Amino acid sequence: MLQYVVKRILLFIPTIFFISLIMFFILNVLPGDATTMSGGLKRQLDEQTTANMRKQLGLDQPLHIRYFKYMKGIVKGDFGKSYLRNESVNLLISERIMPTLQISLAAILIAVGIGIPLGFISALKQGSWIDTLSMVTAVSGVSIPQFWLGLILMYVFSLVLNWLPPQGYGDGGFMHMIMPSVTLGVGYMALIARTTRAAVIEVLNEDFVRTARAKGISELAVNYRHVFKNTLILILTTVGLQFGSLVGQTVIVEKLFSWPGIGSLLVDSIFQRDIPVTQGCVLVIIGVFLIVNLVIDLLYVVIDPRIKYTESNR
Amino acid sequence: MKKIFCFLLSSIICFCFFTTNAQAAKKGGTFNFIAPYGGDLSSLDPHKTNRSQDYIVILNIHRSLYIWSSEKGKPVLALADSVDISKDRLTYTYHLKKNIKFHNGRGVTADDFIWSYQRILNPKTVSSSVRNIRIIEGADDFISGKSKSIKGLKKIDNYTLQITLKDVVEPGFSLYPPEVAILPKEEVIKRGDGFGVSPVGCGPFKFSKWVKGSEVVLEKFNNYYEPQKPYLNKVVYKIMPEAASRDIAFKVKELDATIVGSVNYPEYKRNPDISKNMLEIAELWTRVICFNVDYGPFKNKKVRQAVNYAINTKLINRKLLKGKAVNPVSFLPPTSPAFSENVKGYEYNPEKARQLLKEAGYEKGFTFECLGTDNSTWGVRAVEALIPMLRKVGITVKPVRMEGAAMATRAKTGNFQALIWSLDSGPDPLSALSRWKSDNKRNGGNYCGYKSAVYDNYLDLARKTTDENKKLDYLKKADQTFLKDAPVWFYNYNKAVMAYHPWVHGLQPMSVELMFQDLSGVWVDDKSPRKR
Repeated sequence: MLQYVVKRILLFIPTIFFISLIMFFILNVLPGDATTMSGGLKRQLDEQTTANMRKQLGLDQPLHIRYFKYMKGIVKGDFGKSYLRNESVNLLISERIMPTLQISLAAILIAVGIGIPLGFISALKQGSWIDTLSMVTAVSGVSIPQFWLGLILMYVFSLVLNWLPPQGYGDGGFMHMIMPSVTLGVGYMALIARTTRAAVIEVLNEDFVRTARAKGISELAVNYRHVFKNTLILILTTVGLQFGSLVGQTVIVEKLFSWPGIGSLLVDSIFQRDIPVTQGCVLVIIGVFLIVNLVIDLLYVVIDPRIKYTESNR
Repeated sequence: MKKIFCFLLSSIICFCFFTTNAQAAKKGGTFNFIAPYGGDLSSLDPHKTNRSQDYIVILNIHRSLYIWSSEKGKPVLALADSVDISKDRLTYTYHLKKNIKFHNGRGVTADDFIWSYQRILNPKTVSSSVRNIRIIEGADDFISGKSKSIKGLKKIDNYTLQITLKDVVEPGFSLYPPEVAILPKEEVIKRGDGFGVSPVGCGPFKFSKWVKGSEVVLEKFNNYYEPQKPYLNKVVYKIMPEAASRDIAFKVKELDATIVGSVNYPEYKRNPDISKNMLEIAELWTRVICFNVDYGPFKNKKVRQAVNYAINTKLINRKLLKGKAVNPVSFLPPTSPAFSENVKGYEYNPEKARQLLKEAGYEKGFTFECLGTDNSTWGVRAVEALIPMLRKVGITVKPVRMEGAAMATRAKTGNFQALIWSLDSGPDPLSALSRWKSDNKRNGGNYCGYKSAVYDNYLDLARKTTDENKKLDYLKKADQTFLKDAPVWFYNYNKAVMAYHPWVHGLQPMSVELMFQDLSGVWVDDKSPRKR
């Protein structure tokens, strides 16, 4: 098991290296750079200043030299310095990652807490009005654009009812977290509900469920011991994948609610051509994705004791 | 005699009582404002940023030698009581205020001005404000390292600073912007790069905290040099790029004032409660379609004029922008001191457009591509609105949507046929018009590649003269020459709109940029939910 974990972690290295290589070249061949965006088109910027800026940022050096410098920093765990902010990228990311994790975790809790029971009940009551209602809710949840949902929530809970603050971080307080988390979580809740329903329906048709029922075990025990436990792997896989990608998909919510997360930092840095920040953010998001997936793989063993990560099944 | 004395004494006591009470009523409270442009702030080091979003906050932490006066429509002295100007208008002797303190408690002296201007010019700082300080004699020698000091900067004594200029220009225009603020040397050195996230200035508010991507909080500086000011205890800048969120936050009174976009403008105007508390001003930003004068049809002046005649500009501003724009005359807007009052811009006249095209040899029309971003006011959306109008005279315009940085690269290299953008057209009309001078390259802002000896001559005359009226006259003539040559389609001047709640007082119609509010004179009355 330990050997497996170490090997998986070692596999992160080529993955991150490959992604960083592609990302570096794509970002550096895009038209425009930090000096272009520093002045923009609106304000006139001194030609000499632009040249000075390029020199100081190292943008006048050949691409391969810049890449080696960048990789040297990455190996040391240093993402470099922001072109526009004069701050360490590590510091910028460390300030922004926690708020993103906060709403991502809250969103996934909402999604799991509502999505799994909704999908489960829906599968057990197939064809009933509960099933129809649940699935209409689920489909609506998937279809509603986050931006629109966020605005509706703001309108209802801030403007009409005056229960929640319309925006801001507010030291990460619970009240400030509610609307961004719900906006982010609704789509995933719907997805998890649909996945759960499909998984439960599949398991309900299995022979071992029929056998358990024939043995006279109560319906509750059948559902918990045989149905729920057997659907957990699929649900867990979905939740893991969703959480991994959620961290990189918070930008709309962050912008809408002025939430100081990594998504808005990433998007701002792309538009401002602040390449070190873009690279740092992408690598961190990928890192979170890889770690979450590793944890999910390890949880499989806990859920299903038949799974063993040995030399033979690798 | 006794009665008169008693009357005078009681009048003075009453006056003192009421003014003291009036001042006391103004004091206190928190003002929730916005930083609405783009994303998070980049830096609060005024010498190291070039973003409007940062300046909104910076101008209340720091102070420059001059400050923009919305009342006078030009820069006025801020850190000096008076200035003596030599006869040749090249040497300015400033008598600095003696009660200015930095937020760390140290007094501001002439040395701080010299150090700050040297820091801007130092190539290691890589400041985008170099061009502002370049007006001082000896700036170029300092930049190139030929001289260790700036020849034109001289400390007479701690509170007297002499500045000698290279040419006859109005120094206020270069020395008022927030990016040339005076900084405390010891704090800049001590904090290093950290100065940008934890700045120390001599403005009305001191930095308190910055929740990245969410808000910046400033607190009242008790030793600010203007008596009684600032009135507010605290200012919170909410970083809110989304107009829809700002709208709701304003309506739930989370914001005390907000900028209004064209989407919300008609609704705010219709609302009797909001419309009476709105500031509207033609900002010194001119929206244009730049024609690349090296591209086939646009080489011909008549073709460029024809495009201007073919478009019903007023209709587009009324319908597309819902009236949140000021119809154009020439490049300089009405809030510019060199605005040509008696000149008419291009009217909608498709017949004349057809005739001009015929004379230019383009009777059958032509096709051109126009680059634009997805900006809702001066982006591709506006170009799309031109399609039917231009088609009527045989011209086909193909809008090409681009991302800002990619478009900027093409603009600066001349790799385009036409592009739509918003350009600064002030506050200094000479500086604004110099953008289009023949010797200014495309990457210096002359995106059209416009060249005109007549235009250049007027600008040179304006630069040389010491007579203010003559200078304005030359600038007006240059602006009118630009209008006739039409290297751009004159779209509009930005009408900036700010809405505020009835308890807010003292906001100013700032033509340089409405969001550049000096909050030292702003106060909130007892109706504010954040008064205490």
